This record gives sequence, structure tokens and C-alpha cells, in this order.
Amino acid sequence: MATRPEDLLIPRREGLYCPPGDFFIDPVRNVDRALITHGHADHARAGHDHVLATPQTLDIMAIRYGADHARETQAAGFGETVRIKDVTVRFHPAGHVLGSAQIAVEWKDLRIVASGDYKPRPDPTCATFEPVPCDVFITEATFALPVFRHPDAMDEITRLLRSVSRNPERAHLVGVYSLGKAQRVIRLIRDAGYHQPLYLHGALQKLCDYYESQGIALGDLRPATVDAGAKGDFAGAIVLGPPSAFGDKWARRFPDPLVSFASGWMQVRARARQRGVELPLVISDHADWDELADTIQTVGPGEVWVTHGREEALVRWCAMQGIPARPLHLVGYEDEGD
Amino acid sequence: MNRFADLLDMLAFTPSRNAKLRLLQDFFRTVPDPERGYALAAIARDLDIPAVKPAQLRELISARMDPELFGYSYDYVGDLAETIALAWPQKGEALAGRNDMPGLSEVVETLIASSRRDGPRLVEDWLDRLDPPGRYALLKLVTGGFRMGLSGRLIKQSLAAFGEVDVNEIEELWHGLAPPYTELFAWLEGSGDKPVNAAAAPFRPVMLSHAIDDKDFEKLDPKDFTAEWKWDGIRVQATSERGISRLYTRTGDDISATFPDLVDAIGFDGALDGELLVARATEGGLETGSFSDLQQRLNRKKVSAKQLRDFPAFFRAYDLLQEGDEDLRPRPFVERRQRLEAFVSGLDPARFDCSQLLSFESWDDLAALRANPPFAVIEGVMIKRKAAPYLPGRPKGEWFKWKRDPFLIDAVLMYAQRGHGKRSGFYSDYTFGVWREPGELVPVGKAYFGFTDDELIEIDKYVRNNTIERFGPVRSVRAGAEKGLVFEIAFEGINRSSRHKSGVAMRFPRISRLRWDKPPAEADRLETLERMIDGTE
Repeated sequence: MATRPEDLLIPRREGLYCPPGDFFIDPVRNVDRALITHGHADHARAGHDHVLATPQTLDIMAIRYGADHARETQAAGFGETVRIKDVTVRFHPAGHVLGSAQIAVEWKDLRIVASGDYKPRPDPTCATFEPVPCDVFITEATFALPVFRHPDAMDEITRLLRSVSRNPERAHLVGVYSLGKAQRVIRLIRDAGYHQPLYLHGALQKLCDYYESQGIALGDLRPATVDAGAKGDFAGAIVLGPPSAFGDKWARRFPDPLVSFASGWMQVRARARQRGVELPLVISDHADWDELADTIQTVGPGEVWVTHGREEALVRWCAMQGIPARPLHLVGYEDEGD
Repeated sequence: MNRFADLLDMLAFTPSRNAKLRLLQDFFRTVPDPERGYALAAIARDLDIPAVKPAQLRELISARMDPELFGYSYDYVGDLAETIALAWPQKGEALAGRNDMPGLSEVVETLIASSRRDGPRLVEDWLDRLDPPGRYALLKLVTGGFRMGLSGRLIKQSLAAFGEVDVNEIEELWHGLAPPYTELFAWLEGSGDKPVNAAAAPFRPVMLSHAIDDKDFEKLDPKDFTAEWKWDGIRVQATSERGISRLYTRTGDDISATFPDLVDAIGFDGALDGELLVARATEGGLETGSFSDLQQRLNRKKVSAKQLRDFPAFFRAYDLLQEGDEDLRPRPFVERRQRLEAFVSGLDPARFDCSQLLSFESWDDLAALRANPPFAVIEGVMIKRKAAPYLPGRPKGEWFKWKRDPFLIDAVLMYAQRGHGKRSGFYSDYTFGVWREPGELVPVGKAYFGFTDDELIEIDKYVRNNTIERFGPVRSVRAGAEKGLVFEIAFEGINRSSRHKSGVAMRFPRISRLRWDKPPAEADRLETLERMIDGTE
């Protein structure tokens, strides 16, 4: 009898479960053995007994949760084969954030790739996505609608810098998530030729330091504290912080703040306006619609499982291409994390 | 098209009025004719393109992509033009470096000159050549669906600032001009003469009043002034010339189409300043409706027969600006008033009457009248200098408004929302409620001004320390019989409303005092508000 993919990976309340290997991938509750694709909080949680992830993802978890976030950790480099019971697993770059990986799970004659969150386009702050041929490809669907076509991120940075020079009396507050987006945006700003100090909300500092330690140069970064200057001193400056901070008392120290937000969601005008964003920057760490389609065609899987996001549209697209596909109902992953 | 698309984007996302004014001026300065004129026409909604209908746009996109995928997309985005702009599958290669993107002028001129049959084919070709912001601008242009919070006044102010002329000059000219306004721009840039207004029945900039202060009375001699009721409708101008009749708002927006009943009754040649009201001629005389009656008629593109019958539009005249060929504006008020009375006596009494002058000897007499108006739809008195000519704008010392005292209630803060711009980071927009039952507060209104900057800091602190729930930018604040923050709310009027949970709607509510001292249990009850409505009906 042929091996069924459902015997190798199956959704459970805790997350995606592998019975022959007795482990979970990105579980949302505490488990014995967890394989983690990347360090974002909805995928990587503290409190598992045993964690297997790339060295960088383990470092990031230690920075966020403390070195004791799991009883035991094990690092798997890209391309390295790890055997867990009857199953072999291998981590491949996912191009989402530093350390992010797809996990290829093999058992008998079957290979499933759980791609986590991924982005095929080049990103100077992490290893580039690598398509892995497989029988079942598990894909995210965060931006799985034909309206999501991310523009070139550098063009968006150009818009930011143009706005900065046009509004020298205002402070630009750029909303970025602290892991990945922050460092990518900073690196792109530097690549665009802007070398003045950038000011950081405290929540970004540690991860920026970590990226630096991994050889990703981010230039002159300073804390956006009041000690750093009186209110007027932030005029014309670029300040980066988590978007949640902009509604907070923290934002009051800046002169006539111009709120910006770097996210794939900024593609939709209503989303930007609801958040009070004056300068929406469409910069995403996820695959856009065309990239999801291209990736599925490149990987060429026998079957596609679609998870977190707009599953129905991607399943529909697969059906139109004659590729068997179904939604994989996993709970607990945030829609907004971009 | 890209410059225009950029302008739309920036206007849409820029909250500050001054910044919008700057953006428009920069655009007029840097973009040549005729493109800047077409852009101006588009945002002023003055561009009449024989429409490509939304249904035809749907057909275009259905021919290009799976209708099911389009359906998912449209559900998510919620705006047809935006969905098509983003999802449009392009034929051919990427756009980078291409130079065949159509410009705004090309698009407008081609569309105006082409038949309805050719429209969709043209649009399809342009969609293939534009990037997503350009497609969005194109689709909004052809469907005429610009909604971006730009008033006609703001657009005219940007032109005035650009040309360093008085905004009233722009207002006077506006209705005689047509896109792409080349003459206007030439004049504003100093390279041409001021355009001569060729349009019949132009708008004449309105004279406005100042709120009177108690200490003003000492300086003013009652003998130099007349007074009349201040009616709570909307200030309008009815004008007719060479068989063309128009009704304008006080900012010069042409609202003739919304009030055909009144416009058809304009049988005169001249220009009247007055108040638009709803009033029915009954056997007992004229019965003036409330402001909420008038609201049934405002902002409608089409008026039903029922609305025309139930809420007939009526014009109560304050002033006569023009009679036949004669411009009366330089003449003193008393003289214009005499001419007005004679003029209005010749008009249809079911549609027009003259605002009544009040007789008074002293300011105390007038105060007594003001305290006891004969109709609820009166919101105070107007005081006008007998010798004053009709001057556009808000000249000092000529006209005064003396509004009746506002209504006051005590209400409890229920929700707070973060503000924008200079108030970002502060909870500055408040929803307040009153008691329906003991223990049940029902929201009755929203207020976001009336307090000082220092008070804002205190309220913000209170909100943060007493949050019980969060919904995005909104916080639900602790509000019970014992604990809660009481606001004294001032407002101008109150009406029944089926759109609000409480069944009441206030006009112009603002915070008049913070009542840190008052226990929330002592705030007002909904019954009190309902009685206020009964009292005004």
C-alpha cells in the first residue's frame, strides 16, 4: 500500500504533527519536540522541551525568550540531514528573515516540504529561498490574492527618502516589525545611499545588534530617547519602531510625526488609512501572489497544502492549473505579522 | 498619469489641511497646462467624461482573469477601481523603462472626444500601459469616484495661494470657467489678464458675521443696527440671469440639482442671499420645518417625489445683492433691505419670504427676544449695521451673530480614540453616554474639542489608567456609577435619530467642562435628552 502524506504530517491542535517522527513543526502550544522554521513569535514559542532549528533561529529565540526557553536545543545548519526516529529532516533557506528555513521531512518514499513563511525575492539580510522538489508542498497564503503584487522594495525606500527630504521639519516614524523587517528596511535605506544616523525604538535594539554580529552592517543606529535630543532635534530624522508604539506616549517626543508603515498590507488603501498611516510602504517579507504561483510551479509538487491566510484563492488557482490542493486548517498563526 | 496618480495618493493619505494646500500649490507650480487643469477639474469633480460604466469595467476584468479569483479579491479590498487596478493582469513585458504610458491630458482629451462604444476599448489599452497607481487614477477618473475629503473651498484656496490673489476672486470666477482652465492659470501666474466671467448666474462671495462678545455691546449703539432671527437651515444664494437659475451654498458649491422645486420657482432676475429651510404653506400660515427635516433633502443627487412633497424647500431671504443689471452690494444695508422687501413681494409666497426684522430699542430688549424665540428652528439673532455695504468674507464690526445659549448635559466618557497629526499619541476623540437605566450607559455622541492642551494630557492619562478593553485604536474606558469621568457637553440642537442606538443625535457637541468632581451616577439620563427634543419640536 502506498504511503499517504497524511501519515507523515497531520494538523493537530498543537500544530502540524509528524507521527513517525513524534515531533511538531511550529507548534502553538508547548510540546516535547518542536521543529521551528523561524523566530517570529507566532511560530517560535518558549517552553518546548526540545527544539530543533537553525543556529540563527535558536540565537533569536534565546534573545527573545532567554537562553532557557527550552530544556534542550539542537542546531541544524542549512542542508544538514538530521534523523529523528524513522524520519529524516533537512532545513533549507526560506528567505523570510535571518535564519528562516523550510523544513523537508522524508519518510519511506515520501517528501513533504513545510515552507513556513517564505519570500523568493533576494533580501540582503538573509539567505535566499531555495526551491526543494517534493511530493507535497505546504505553502503559506498570507498574500494569496491577485491584488497583492509587492513592488520593488527599493522603490518604496526611495519614496521614503523623498518624503524625508520634502518634509525637513517633521520626524518620519517608520513602523517595522522588530525581527526581519526592521533590519531589511535599515539595510535598504543604507543601500539607497542614506548614511545619517537612524533612531531606534528600544524594542528593535537587540535584534539589530544580533544582525550586526552576523555580518549584516546596519550603519549608525542610535536610541530614539529624549536624552538623544530635544524634540526639535528629531526634525528631518528617520525613526524606526514597532507600529504599536506610535499610538503610545513614546511618539510624543517627535515633532509633527509623519507616520509610515512598511508592510505588505499597505497595498490596500483602506488598511493604510484605518491605521492612520500617512506614508504607506509596501515592503513585505512574504511571497506575493505571483511569487506564490511561480514557486508552486518551480517546486512542482504532486500536491499542495495551503495554510494561514487566504487559502481559498490559492486552492482555486491550483485547481485551475490542475494541481491537487487543499487548505490545511492550522490555527494560531497571525494574519497581521508582516 | 503618474504625476496625477502621485497627487491623488498624497492627498488621500495626508491628514493636514495645510499640507494639502501645499501639495496642490506645488502641483500647479510644477505641472504644465493642460494637465494641471484636467487634474484640477478631476479633483473638483468638474470633469464630465461620458462615463465608462462600472459594469463595463467588470466585463473588462472578467475577460482577463478568473471571476472567482476576482470575487475573492474584490471582497477583500472593497473598492472596485482599486481591486481592478491592483489585480489587472498585464499583457506583455514589465513596465520599467517604457515611455508609452498615457498622460492625463491624453486620457481626458481622448475620452471626451470618443464614443461610448470606444470607451472600454481605450481604457483596456491604457490599463495595459499603466502601473497600479496609474491604473487606480485612471479608473477613478472614468468612474468619477473621487472621495478624498477635499472641499471646493480648499481647492479654491489652494488656487488663491498659488496666484497670491483673494480667494473671493476665484469664487466669483469659478462657475464661468471650464477645464483645463488655461486662462485662469495664465492670470494666476501673471502671464495673462484676469478672465472675464462669461457665465450666467455666477456665485457672489458671501458676507459673514462675527460672534458677538458681551463687551462688544458697550461699544455698539443699538440705533445703528437692525436685528433679525438667525434661522437654523443652511445659508444659500439663489441667483438667476438670462434664464439660468442656480442655487449655491455659502462656499459656492452649486446645489441646484438637489433642490429642483426651489430652483424652478426662481422666476426673477437677480441674486438673493438667504436661508434654505423646509417649510409648508398651511391654512394657518407657513410652517417651518426643523433642521432634521432639511437634512432629508441635503446631499442627494436625486430627489424622490415623496421627498419633494414631504419636505418642500423654502427660501427665507436676508439680502438682495443684484437686481437686474444693478449690483446692489455697495449700497447700505437699509437701502438693500427696502429693495429686498419690494423684490420678494413679487415672488411665489409658497417658496420665498423675507426674514422678519425685530424691533428693539436697547440691547436688553433684544436679549429678551433672543431668550424667547417663537420657533425652535431659530438659533439666535443676527445684528447688522444699517450702513454696512455687502462685503465678501468676514469684515469686522458690520454683522454679528448672537446665538442662543447652548444646551448643556453631563455625560460619562465611554470610549476614547487616538487622534492624528499633532494629537497622534493622545486619546483625543471621545464617545460619551448617558444613563438609560441605572447601570446602563448608552452612547449619545462624540466630541473631540473644547478642552485645552493641558486638559487633553489629563484626560489621556485617565484613559490609559482606566482602560478595560481595546479595539484597534479605540479604548473602552471604565464607566460605572462610582468610577468614571464626567464631561459637561455643550451642543446646539438635538433631534431624534433612527441611526443611533440611543435614538438621539446632537448637533455640534463639544466638551465645555471636565467634571472630575462629579460622580458618574449623577450624570444625565436619556429621558432628559428626550425631553429636550420634545421641547424643541
